[in-house]
Amino acid sequence: MTYEFLQNYWWVLIALLGGLLVALMFVQGANLHLGNRALSDTQKRMILNSTGRKWELTFTTLVTFGGAFFASFPLFYSTSFGGAYWVWILLLITFVFQAVAYEFQNKKGNLLGVKGFRIALMVNGLLAPFLVGTAVGTFFTGSDFTVNKMAITDPSAPVISTWGNNWHGLEALGQYHAVLLGCTLMFLAAILGSLYILNNVEDEGIHAQMRRSLKVAIGPFLFFFLSWTAILLSRQGYAVSPDGIVSLEPFKYLHNLLAMPVVLCMLLVGVVLILYSLYLGAFSKSRKGIWFAMPGAVLVVMSVFFLAGFNGTAYYPSCTDLQSSLYLDNSCSSYFTLKVMACVSLLIPFVVAYIAYAWHQMDKKKITAEEIEGTPHKY
Amino acid sequence: MDVVVWSRIQFAMTAAYHWLFVPLTLGLALVMAVMETLYVVKKDEFWKKAAQFWIKIFAINFAVGIATGIILEFEFGTNWSNYSWFVGDMFGAPLAIEGILAFFMEATFFAVMFFGWNKVSPKFHLASTWLTGIGATISAYWILVANGWMQNPVGTTFNPETVRSEMVSAAAFWEVISNPVAVSKFCHSVTSGWVTGGIFVVGVSAWYLLKNRHVEFAKKSMLIGAIVGLVGSGAVMLSGDSSGVHAAEFQPMKLAAAEGLRDGGNGAAFTIVPGIQVPHMLSLLATHDWNGYVPGINDILNGYTDNDGNVIPSVADKMAMGRQALDALAVYRSTDDPALKAEARAILDANVQYMGYGHLEKPEDVVPPVGIVFWAFRFMIGLGMLIALVLLLCLFALWKDKLGQWTWLLWASIICIPLVYICGQSGWVVAEVGRQPWTIQGLLPVNVAISSLSAGAVKTTFFVFLAVFALFLVIEIRIMIRAIGKGPDVEPLNS
Repeated sequence: MTYEFLQNYWWVLIALLGGLLVALMFVQGANLHLGNRALSDTQKRMILNSTGRKWELTFTTLVTFGGAFFASFPLFYSTSFGGAYWVWILLLITFVFQAVAYEFQNKKGNLLGVKGFRIALMVNGLLAPFLVGTAVGTFFTGSDFTVNKMAITDPSAPVISTWGNNWHGLEALGQYHAVLLGCTLMFLAAILGSLYILNNVEDEGIHAQMRRSLKVAIGPFLFFFLSWTAILLSRQGYAVSPDGIVSLEPFKYLHNLLAMPVVLCMLLVGVVLILYSLYLGAFSKSRKGIWFAMPGAVLVVMSVFFLAGFNGTAYYPSCTDLQSSLYLDNSCSSYFTLKVMACVSLLIPFVVAYIAYAWHQMDKKKITAEEIEGTPHKY
Repeated sequence: MDVVVWSRIQFAMTAAYHWLFVPLTLGLALVMAVMETLYVVKKDEFWKKAAQFWIKIFAINFAVGIATGIILEFEFGTNWSNYSWFVGDMFGAPLAIEGILAFFMEATFFAVMFFGWNKVSPKFHLASTWLTGIGATISAYWILVANGWMQNPVGTTFNPETVRSEMVSAAAFWEVISNPVAVSKFCHSVTSGWVTGGIFVVGVSAWYLLKNRHVEFAKKSMLIGAIVGLVGSGAVMLSGDSSGVHAAEFQPMKLAAAEGLRDGGNGAAFTIVPGIQVPHMLSLLATHDWNGYVPGINDILNGYTDNDGNVIPSVADKMAMGRQALDALAVYRSTDDPALKAEARAILDANVQYMGYGHLEKPEDVVPPVGIVFWAFRFMIGLGMLIALVLLLCLFALWKDKLGQWTWLLWASIICIPLVYICGQSGWVVAEVGRQPWTIQGLLPVNVAISSLSAGAVKTTFFVFLAVFALFLVIEIRIMIRAIGKGPDVEPLNS
């Protein structure tokens, strides 16, 4: 295994984890329905208990995504997390509230009441996909940072990665292209959530509401996604020469797409799967849309990461100092660490297998109102 | 206060808060798994109801533990940017392995354990309960491999091209995962979790007995809790002994601070409290030799010769060598002249082990806050022994059927619940405050490990987290007290 192979392999794994994270954000999307006035309290608890059995996997995937980035591309971790401070802190706080909201909301003595914790879940449902999407959006717009490894020899200012402004990441909210991706992800999560509930919960009233909300979400989702894609393919990108010099290249991401037909196919197949799932969910009687939407989301997100990082591209560009931009080779871990982790990653299929088995056992019986009203083992 | 101090306070608060929930998770996991095993083996519904009660308590605690765990991971990047780069190659691997091996196991099987009573077979459910606890324990191992490496950075090579510590061989990886500090920390932390879980179960059971409620459940729970707690206490003492030996070997300043030992020597005495000493005991504990040499704070500052005859330079000399290393690194990275580069590399290689000292302003910077470490050490040991004694007495009282008469012991068991948390927190204060000023022992001091943030930004997030943590803690305690007040479904009230 060459060093270059391992760098690419880990970028594929990062992309896969990113894709799985987005696909699992059906939890966030489904929780948006906790504020739906057309649903009864029992119906809301059915939704809550449905996502309540899966939220930890989304959460764990987020943690693993972060851990894998830390392990394989530590310069990104140190530059982005230490620089875009407020974005990551905001994201963190929404997830922290989510983590306790399930367990606490229906318990007596919880201070914030059922409504307080449901609002927390809905805020997480909106902000988590939006912030993750906007943060990934800066992979294409660039951010305001510099990297100077010599700094560590200067006791008065030893920090290697420094951010160029005091907004510390919030300035991305002013970059319309990054925001478009944030909005795309927010509506995609909402779509995934509706499709998941349609499949996992046994209730005609809920099904009707899910189909209705899918019809509402289709328009904005397509608008944001197509706008973001059109701008992406027409904008200049951050190219890296073989000797590590970063420069701006017109239509860089279009060039990447054309240079990597596999990625083009992944993107197209992913989009078709998502569109087909929307058709199934909104315009047919099928409840199986989620089984097409999740793989579709994984494929689309992976192709986005591939466009950002492969074919000689800086995946975390600096618009302040082009040569500070991060690309696979200058931000990754050492050869040996990547190799060790590559060996560990061979366990991933085993992990996926036992998760699938456990889910299958748990989901054999769909969630019903009787179950929610009759069992003590619920949120 | 500057950004370094605020970053430290924020991380310390998050870690201390996280450690309120982790030990109970580790301990209760064992208690409830044992109870459910009894249910599956004996097919006795009593044990099923008992396990379900403790699983309910476990779930309330687990939620906040998860919430705070993710904050710690993020804070490595958000507040310790230089550290993340410097150690990413070493520290990242354990963290990623923890995610792949442990977190998914915990997350998946917790859901089955909590919701799956009527959905999966009893054996699959039992396996899920055990796997939830095993997942939490595996998670503890990998995160303590990372922490152990920060205390004793083995298997690492500084690379001037990338300006970071790197892992360069299979042997190095093996050194990292079998680091003796990590292994004893893992044993010490996990088994202290068993003590926490054990005394928690004993204390709650004692409360039921005082109220004459759920008596059979309380006695049986107390028996299991006391056994788990006592096994944990024994293992904590054994691993604590090896932790002391490792501190003497790898972090002598931490040991000197924990003992308040200004001037060391052979046959050093152990201070129980100021004014009361046991002759030779410190030497015995630290070196397993009655007359072993234990350096004091002044010896470390001024240089000394260790038990193996190695001459340890003074801190001032280490600082001078560290500055040479930093200067050589600057030359190495800025020059294109091959001769100059080679010369700089040679100087760097000769002094690299002291490079972290080059960032210090004065030798006294290597002395941690002695008073805090000294008293935390005594709280940890004193409370730990008291709790072990209470657990032992509970077992004895159960055996002799004396619990009804020894109400003082029931009250003592209840009081031990807050004490076990003070004990655990004190242990981490010794480990982490005693490590100051180092983020990574000898390699990276805290003032170089930070992110480029303003003190105001970190202060803001500190108070936000403080408010959130305080809110969650109040809610958690209220909900837990209500759940305990309601009790298990095993028998009617006032049975």
